[in-house]
Amino acid sequence: MSSRDQILQRLRQRRGGPLPTPEQDFSPLQRPPWTLDEKLARFRAAMEPVHGEIHDCRDRDWVVELAALLEAREVTTLLVGNGPAPLATLSSSAAGLPELMVYDEPVDNWKTHLFSQVDAGLTTTRGGIAETGSLILWPGAEEPRLISLVPPVHIALLNASELYGTLAEAMAGQNWSSGMPTNALLISGPSKTADIEQTLAYGVHGPRELIVLVIS
Amino acid sequence: MTDANTNDVRQFHPRARAAIDNPQIRQNFRRAMDGLMDKRSTAFKDWDLEALRTLGANVRQNALAQLPELLEQLEARLIANGVTVHWALDGDEACRIVAGICKARNARTVIKGKSMVSEEMHLNHHLEQHGIEALESDLGEYIVQLAEETPSHIIMPAIHKNTGEISDLMHEKTGTDRSTDVEYLTASARQQLRAKFMAADVGVSGVNFAVAETGTLCLVENEGNGRMTTTVPPCHVAVTGIEKVVPTLQDMSALLALLTRSATGQHITTYVNMISGPRRPDELDGPEEVHLVLVDNGRSGIYQDDELIDTLRCIRCGACMNHCPVYTRVGGHAYGTTYPGPIGKILMPHLIGLDEGRHLPSASSLCGACGEVCPVRIPIPDLLVRLRQESVDGDHLHPAVVSGHGAKREWKESLAWQTWRLIHGHPAAYRLGTAMASRLRALQPSRLGAWTRYRTAPKLAGRTLHQQVRERRS
Amino acid sequence: MADTLKLYPARPEKVYFYGTCLVDLFYPDAGMAGIQLLEREGIEVIFPDDQTCCGQPAWTSGYHDDARAVARRQLDLFPEDWPIVVPSGSCGGMMRKHYPQLFRDTPDQERAIEIAGRVWELTDFLLNVCQVRLSDRGEPVTVAMHTSCSARRELGLGGTGPELLSQLDRVTVVEQARAEECCGFGGTFAVRHPEISAAMVTEKVDTLTATGARQFVTTDCGCLMNIAGFAEKQGHLLRGQHILSFLWERTRDEAGEEGAASS
Repeated sequence: MSSRDQILQRLRQRRGGPLPTPEQDFSPLQRPPWTLDEKLARFRAAMEPVHGEIHDCRDRDWVVELAALLEAREVTTLLVGNGPAPLATLSSSAAGLPELMVYDEPVDNWKTHLFSQVDAGLTTTRGGIAETGSLILWPGAEEPRLISLVPPVHIALLNASELYGTLAEAMAGQNWSSGMPTNALLISGPSKTADIEQTLAYGVHGPRELIVLVIS
Repeated sequence: MTDANTNDVRQFHPRARAAIDNPQIRQNFRRAMDGLMDKRSTAFKDWDLEALRTLGANVRQNALAQLPELLEQLEARLIANGVTVHWALDGDEACRIVAGICKARNARTVIKGKSMVSEEMHLNHHLEQHGIEALESDLGEYIVQLAEETPSHIIMPAIHKNTGEISDLMHEKTGTDRSTDVEYLTASARQQLRAKFMAADVGVSGVNFAVAETGTLCLVENEGNGRMTTTVPPCHVAVTGIEKVVPTLQDMSALLALLTRSATGQHITTYVNMISGPRRPDELDGPEEVHLVLVDNGRSGIYQDDELIDTLRCIRCGACMNHCPVYTRVGGHAYGTTYPGPIGKILMPHLIGLDEGRHLPSASSLCGACGEVCPVRIPIPDLLVRLRQESVDGDHLHPAVVSGHGAKREWKESLAWQTWRLIHGHPAAYRLGTAMASRLRALQPSRLGAWTRYRTAPKLAGRTLHQQVRERRS
Repeated sequence: MADTLKLYPARPEKVYFYGTCLVDLFYPDAGMAGIQLLEREGIEVIFPDDQTCCGQPAWTSGYHDDARAVARRQLDLFPEDWPIVVPSGSCGGMMRKHYPQLFRDTPDQERAIEIAGRVWELTDFLLNVCQVRLSDRGEPVTVAMHTSCSARRELGLGGTGPELLSQLDRVTVVEQARAEECCGFGGTFAVRHPEISAAMVTEKVDTLTATGARQFVTTDCGCLMNIAGFAEKQGHLLRGQHILSFLWERTRDEAGEEGAASS
């Protein structure tokens, strides 16, 4: 008998009595239906203490804001996905953006370059979660995973209208149960650790900086 | 099913003593545990904590009630998503499976995200014996690996070391400058590990929650090394205990809320990484192969017993050890086991047997602080008493089931309890005995072994309560 | 783990008094104080002579056959439907929470459950059943309260000691740091793991003395023996007393109360 069968058999033929199946009351996790302003305020209050940087923008001027932020950090290459958004907006903008690098080849071809030559990565998001100050990312073919992980600076575009109150609301609202992508992420700040005598340090393996442009 | 640290487990007493006498350890742990307790309590301030804990317990209870079906569902969905699923009866088999995957890919280096199950399996040792280098990428695990030690806490592996010790260690092993600047030390580790992420052939990770409904593996972390480990190398192998599966994403969200707050007082970790499959044909990064190894290693044994099964609810948050007065004083290494602290005391006897683990269940004052904070309401003190009973075969009505049971039964103690039973089971004998003892109290020895090493002996009263009540009556 | 669904009985006419073996042998004054406090509330206190030990030391040591044999004799002591009051969180916890477990799958199971439901720790009983009102007749003093882990976590009684003390207007109660942390007694734990226990009681004595109080009171004789015994051996100026002894001493009439004779 395979290990699989042995394990399943042991579990099925357990010695004890019937196992209880208590009711599950999820109401302790529920939060009141916050207004958009309340959600935005909570999002900020959750993310800023962990060094997330949040900028409110209008749809028409986020690129200008982005350009200013990148210039202040002396970013010379910005990695973006290969899908239409936000590449089209960036390419057609007159703002003084750094060199755009489009992630359109398998990483295996240019891994070293990605790890050493890219100053910042820009991604869209699939919304956010106010309660925990989290961004929802579903990387995919158009916007690969490593954009939000490898470069030391990660800029994320969050549509204010896609800000949910809680994770449960986001999962339900976006119907995650019907199928998950290869990789789904919640990102709630720049990378950090407290492993050295419980002292916080940022930028361990992931980005040192997380900048969120909240677009309304 | 043997733990390679068998010598260490049996050496609990001397190791505990050594830790207690070490001011550095005492200070490090006192400060660290105080901080973690504070953070947890702050994080739960605006919540109905008791209702949340009940929810956590019920979610885990329901998952356990359907465990075989959930495992099959998880497997089916993962396979449909392109993940290869393996099953291992014990840690050795799990190691062989992982080594086999590595060999099939001619892998020379493995980079590891944090995984307690991989420690339980002694995976690194096994891989090294097969010519495969296994490097830890979580900063705490990295430090512990440099020191050639094992983790002393399941969430904060290097909690026993202070900055100076870490600086010296990194200087000696990796050539960094001696510095107590945590930013510098962190940046150095980042630099060194980035090269490893890029070069590694296989990434090995644990799993915090496996969701059956969608075939999704959830990992939580703050550093980003977990994402690196599960994204950069061309092959990702996840290892998990079979008890970690839950039915739905909603269940996972409840446990996630409890896990991060109970562990470190965070409302959420920096990254919650949900993996459902390997790189799709049109995707440009991610591993081309993803494997899940489901590890039993004694869990199906725990599953048999209606009382002991609650042990499997554990979500590995570490709150129990953060609140444990024993753990705070002896630190994680004194236990000599993969899992230290209260959860270690109730879990390890099943993994290594009560013979090896005979000291574990008794190393507790049964204060109950652990049970009070466990987010899934594991009745840890009750389980400790149950394991004590098992370790002495102390209940003929409920025969023992744990391997190694009876190992702690010794004739002297057994005789002492029989004597105690004779006296206290016969009221007249008891009254006579106690009256005599109090009459002869001047002869009471002032030295009573371990007790009087540190304390004066309690003083027998002139007349017992029984006597005083009787006199008053008449 | 706290006994949150307790339904207190109405104030009864009679109670059983279960002294506990530690009180019997080492701190009978605490037992007598408890009896007198109850009698002062107009309650008749019945002291079953055949009481010995609740069985806890054998229970926590894993010797459940022995624990059960002794505990079964205790079950015989309480035939009437009167509350059973116990001057100990530890023994009270044993009887209230663990007797049902100990007698699981035995013919005594029902009886054990019924009796467990009638067990009350004494400070809890005085406060919440007798609704005692204490008048302080003592000199001003500062004390710290040490609630045992059993009282606190098994029985949910973290508040009863402090609340009773707050009724004494010449008593200043100070709180030690990490008040909820175990003192290190744990019954046989103190002799099985003496260094760990010593490390715990050292810190407990340190936090108690750091309050400036020279005196502490506690619900449990085990904790009392442990903390006071350690303080004495190490030469600390910290004295301990069972809270019942303390309450009785401070509130008794100078002439001495004549309690009702117990049968």
